Amino acid sequence: MSTVLGIPVPVILGQLTLGLVNGSFYALLSLGLAVIFGLMGVVNFAHGAFYTLGAFAALLGLQYLGINYWLALLIAPLAVGLLGVLVERLLLRHLYGLDPLYGLLLTFGLALIVEGSLHQVFGASGQSYPVPEALAGAVNLHFMFLPLYRAWVILASVVVCFSTWFVIERTRLGATLRAATENAPLLQAFGVNVPLLVALTYGGGVALAALAGVLASPVVLVNSHMGNELVIVVFAVVVIGGMGSILGSIVSGLVLGLIEGLTKVVYPEASNIVVFVIMALVLILRPAGLFGRE
Amino acid sequence: MRAAAIGYLLLGLLALALPWVGLYPVFLMKLLCFAMFACAYNLLLGFGRMLSFGHAAFFGFAAYVTSWLITAHRVGPAAAVLSGMLVAALLGTIFGGLAIRRRGIYFAMITLALGQLVYFVCLEAPFTGGENGLQGVPRGTLLGLLPLRSDRVMYYLVLAIFVAVFLFIRRVVHSPYGHVLRAIRENEARAISLGYDINRYKLLAFILSAALAGLAGSLNSLVLGFATLSDVQQSTSGEVILMTLLGGTGTFFGPVVGAALVVSLQEYLSDLVGGWVTAIIGVIFVACVLSFRRGIIGELAALRRR
Repeated sequence: MSTVLGIPVPVILGQLTLGLVNGSFYALLSLGLAVIFGLMGVVNFAHGAFYTLGAFAALLGLQYLGINYWLALLIAPLAVGLLGVLVERLLLRHLYGLDPLYGLLLTFGLALIVEGSLHQVFGASGQSYPVPEALAGAVNLHFMFLPLYRAWVILASVVVCFSTWFVIERTRLGATLRAATENAPLLQAFGVNVPLLVALTYGGGVALAALAGVLASPVVLVNSHMGNELVIVVFAVVVIGGMGSILGSIVSGLVLGLIEGLTKVVYPEASNIVVFVIMALVLILRPAGLFGRE
Repeated sequence: MRAAAIGYLLLGLLALALPWVGLYPVFLMKLLCFAMFACAYNLLLGFGRMLSFGHAAFFGFAAYVTSWLITAHRVGPAAAVLSGMLVAALLGTIFGGLAIRRRGIYFAMITLALGQLVYFVCLEAPFTGGENGLQGVPRGTLLGLLPLRSDRVMYYLVLAIFVAVFLFIRRVVHSPYGHVLRAIRENEARAISLGYDINRYKLLAFILSAALAGLAGSLNSLVLGFATLSDVQQSTSGEVILMTLLGGTGTFFGPVVGAALVVSLQEYLSDLVGGWVTAIIGVIFVACVLSFRRGIIGELAALRRR
């Protein structure tokens, strides 16, 4: 068996694949953050909470309404996205034109409300979501048996990420969105309903987080704090990539997942902190972030 | 001015009398430590407009350093608390140096991530006791003279240190340095064009704030006799933001009022509503940001000016 630095290659490839699964979640979440930030200038601290809500929606939908996985993949993001639209219309709307720090603080409060309530109602221990039957087995990649479900997670999030990129960069709707980012009052003067656009963008970004939550529910324990831990890493990913670019946030999410997986092989104790260390290095060498412009 | 002096005198007398009117001294000390923490935080957010989401790192890590020096090396309380503060200042130099390379929301995200880094270090480092933290830290004898086991003696020591920190922060804000810091807060570009090396001013504010937050954390662990993971957790960073925001950022008394409210809320409300405290704190956060951004003291001051 071949080895690199004394570590069997299959082990390395295995951890890299698992890292790619985590990276898919980072990419989906940082993409939503970047879209929301690009248009609204709001750093959505509640992003992790919406991810958690997505997972809970899938779990409760299955337990109480018998909604299966594939339907949940559609319904949970829709429901959470709708909630996002409400949040934007009722709360965030009042903060436009103020220091962006207030948006961060408001959404931090929202995250506390969601997490605190879920914790109180469903307890601290997690529940697991059954892997859907069609994705139960594993594929033999010769260096490892990759559970089919994890392969599906990588595939689904890469497809969703790049479709989102395509919509924003290559379609008429995306062009309108980008115009709103550049100069919202002017766009409104052309007759575009900008407030609606903003509400839908927030809903859309949040729905991406919920989708990530549904995708994650069979591979992680569904509990109230699953999103909080993730969102801090995603913030670091965003600092590394720079929030200006959609493609940048996707790529840095995936790459950092890979690096994290690699760290698990080389020096497992550091796997929790490697993303933060890389963030510190990037800040020293290239303060605006790898893909950022300032 | 005379009214303010009388107000301070009355507050001082009240603080001296509090342990004799049936309030639990340990609760009062915890409150003072968090008030000190919030005042230190306010120096950064209120007067420098830098929103740190990782201040629990300084508070909690200093608590670990103090508790570890006392339990593992039998260091006296004064040296242990000072070492905690010093380590927090050192940590603040590193974190501040990194974070001030970006502004606004990026600053917030960077401090959040660095704070989480410290959390993981405390979780896994060999000297922190992992999930259990460090327990059974004796208060010892101050400088070999004053035994601190009595809660009332400890209370007056904590009160004296709190008053010193409060006056120190006032002095810093009113100093020429403080004026430049506030000028940077109001308009960074203008401060640069006036020839100020703004990064030096911001970094100093960060270090001072981190050191005082560390002092608060060290004292808190000495009072309670333990240092745990909850001290370095992100939720503690959130609490200190709420204290400052609720009381009034950029006011001297705001953070004290905010800390008193939040600590009392956690202490007494948790009996009434159980685990809903986190959600209620979230609601206060949202209400605060939406309807009284200047905080309680800030809004009162605005009313008086009208």
